[in-house]
Amino acid sequence: MKRTLLIAAAVLGFSAPVFAAGETPVPPQQKWSFQGPFGTFDRAQLQRGFKVYREVCASCHGLSYVAFRNLAEPGGPEFSEAQVKALAAEYQIQDGPNEAGDMFERPGRPADRFPEPFPNENAAAAANGGKAPPDLSLMAKARTYERGFPWFITDVFRQYSENGADYLVALLVGYEEPPAGFQVPEGGHYNHYYPGHVIAMPKPLSDGQVEYPKNEAGQPQAPETVEQYAKDVTAFLAWTAEPHLEARKRLGFQVMLFLLVLSGLLYFTKKKVWARVGGEVEGHATPPMTHNP
Amino acid sequence: MSEHPTTYVPKSAFGKWFESRLPIAGLIHSSFIAFPVPRNLTYFWTFGAILVFMLVSQIVTGVFLAMYYTPNAALAFQSVEHIMRDVNYGWLIRYLHANGASMFFVAVYIHIFRNFYYGSYKAPREVLYILGVIIFLLMMATAFMGYVLPWGQMSFWGATVITNLFSAIPVVGDTIVSYLWGGYSVGNPTLNRFFSLHYLLPFMIAGVVILHIWALHVPGQNNPTGIPIKSGKDAVPFTPYATIKDIFAVVVFMLFFAYWVFYLPNYLGHADNYIPANPAVTPAHIVPEWYFLPFYAILRAIPDKLGGVIAMISAILIWCFMPWLDTSKVRSTAYRPLYKQFFWLFVAVCILLGWLGSRPAEGWYVIASQICTVYYFAHFLIVLPVLGFVERPLPLPNSILESVMGVQKGGAGMPAGANAEPHSKG
Repeated sequence: MKRTLLIAAAVLGFSAPVFAAGETPVPPQQKWSFQGPFGTFDRAQLQRGFKVYREVCASCHGLSYVAFRNLAEPGGPEFSEAQVKALAAEYQIQDGPNEAGDMFERPGRPADRFPEPFPNENAAAAANGGKAPPDLSLMAKARTYERGFPWFITDVFRQYSENGADYLVALLVGYEEPPAGFQVPEGGHYNHYYPGHVIAMPKPLSDGQVEYPKNEAGQPQAPETVEQYAKDVTAFLAWTAEPHLEARKRLGFQVMLFLLVLSGLLYFTKKKVWARVGGEVEGHATPPMTHNP
Repeated sequence: MSEHPTTYVPKSAFGKWFESRLPIAGLIHSSFIAFPVPRNLTYFWTFGAILVFMLVSQIVTGVFLAMYYTPNAALAFQSVEHIMRDVNYGWLIRYLHANGASMFFVAVYIHIFRNFYYGSYKAPREVLYILGVIIFLLMMATAFMGYVLPWGQMSFWGATVITNLFSAIPVVGDTIVSYLWGGYSVGNPTLNRFFSLHYLLPFMIAGVVILHIWALHVPGQNNPTGIPIKSGKDAVPFTPYATIKDIFAVVVFMLFFAYWVFYLPNYLGHADNYIPANPAVTPAHIVPEWYFLPFYAILRAIPDKLGGVIAMISAILIWCFMPWLDTSKVRSTAYRPLYKQFFWLFVAVCILLGWLGSRPAEGWYVIASQICTVYYFAHFLIVLPVLGFVERPLPLPNSILESVMGVQKGGAGMPAGANAEPHSKG
């Protein structure tokens, strides 16, 4: 019972990203291809990240809001239609009832969503020490870290909105030996960046665990290291959390440009209109007149 | 809406026929075309138009969202993700709506503090002003219920904390809370009724906005000098002068709005709200949206639950008494050197309260909140009444025109009669 409670407490913390400053180290800020006003996803990175998700994370974590077809859509990893079709077919999807009234399993189709790794939440919890591993579809937007004054103001100007992604990378590479005297409860794992430092999830990544596609020279496209895996899978999760990010930033630029030109035209129109009454006069004279009130 | 008799004469035969049966064209003409506007209004006076734009924007985007949203505790979160992922431009509509709420409050706070600074709440605009306070209260209720609808963690726990406040009411509190919840905890019935009310209240806001504009058109607009229009030279017709200025200001505000929607769409929200509601897991910190933070700080500053609720509600209701608490005969703070300092101190205290509302209720944060809360009320109950007696205001100009002559020689204003036809040639 005591053990369950401890694990529950550890996992509980995981769903509580807001924590008092100073308790937990601040995650380092990564360089992301998708940051800034013209940011786009790195297709190759998303494809590698998907591979990491599929071979490592997917055994426990669902991706329930993502459909196979999304993997081929513009603005994402942009796998080919044929690749997605073949990929979907590798999964068994429950369907039905059929004409006889029975549920049945069939190979997946691009329109299907990723099947859950466990039949239900209780099964997921039972297999993972009492708490179901969270779905990853929105993880990059569902986690953050405290920015504090004055950074929360400067963030507005530099458009820093990758808090969640930076935290996820830090968490994935943050597994280490606990400092002397730190008691890690049974079933917990020490993580440098996790609030409270005790996380139920064991270290998920290790060097060389996932094989990356080779380039012409026969070398892996990117280093097969924990840090690279963490960045790639996080980029992939940033896309699953915000699949229309590229369209949003592209449209945003067009809208801003249009509004800027329109406001300029309106400004001069207004000036011309006001010229009919001798120009605009605003406010009040300073200093005020010397009359008595 | 204007009390000023219209000079509108329909040109066509149909226009004459229609106008004698429903004089709506004349009403629009007198309210939005010939209506005399003080010629020295600054851009602080464009926020009324900006707020109308925001209300319409929220209603339009909200109507489209409601076509896809499912107000059911088991499906709501999923339906929002469906809008974000699968509905064409659903992400745009939702981000416009979610950020639109914040933009609405940015505009309304500027509007309210402009009113505080220039004494717009004073006679003869008390009713106009109190209608504004009612709109603000309706906006708060609407925004709060809207934030519950995505049914994320902060939706659920925000709803739990805020509805629980009603239990502080003696005798009937628990009954009221049960009715709000439609049960014994926040759940599916709560979500259903919040959705229903969230759709209803904006139309009530629109109704009060009509009264607000009507009440504005009786005394006319205040202006930076705080002295009324005395002759046609002090004013210009609403169209084209105020119209073009308002349109320009609205477009500039749209630029600001678009920046958040397209580049920082989740900055003003909470990460926790992308976690589906879970009654078994409480977030570490339950924080309301930024626009509620000053009032949230006042709520938590009082150690007693009922006391906190009373303080929070009083913090807004006290606004209604401002026309009578402020004893100064001078409207515009421009001519009140002493009050000007207290005004900015009050602004600083409100911002500080907002920041304190985002902090956990512990340690010196609580003490700072209590000091700020005391000062907040002292501003209304002590500063406003006392300053009117002790302050020596600067001399007022004789007219708006005289005041602005120092800036620029005034040309032609409203023709004599103040509501004649506007200039028709360019």
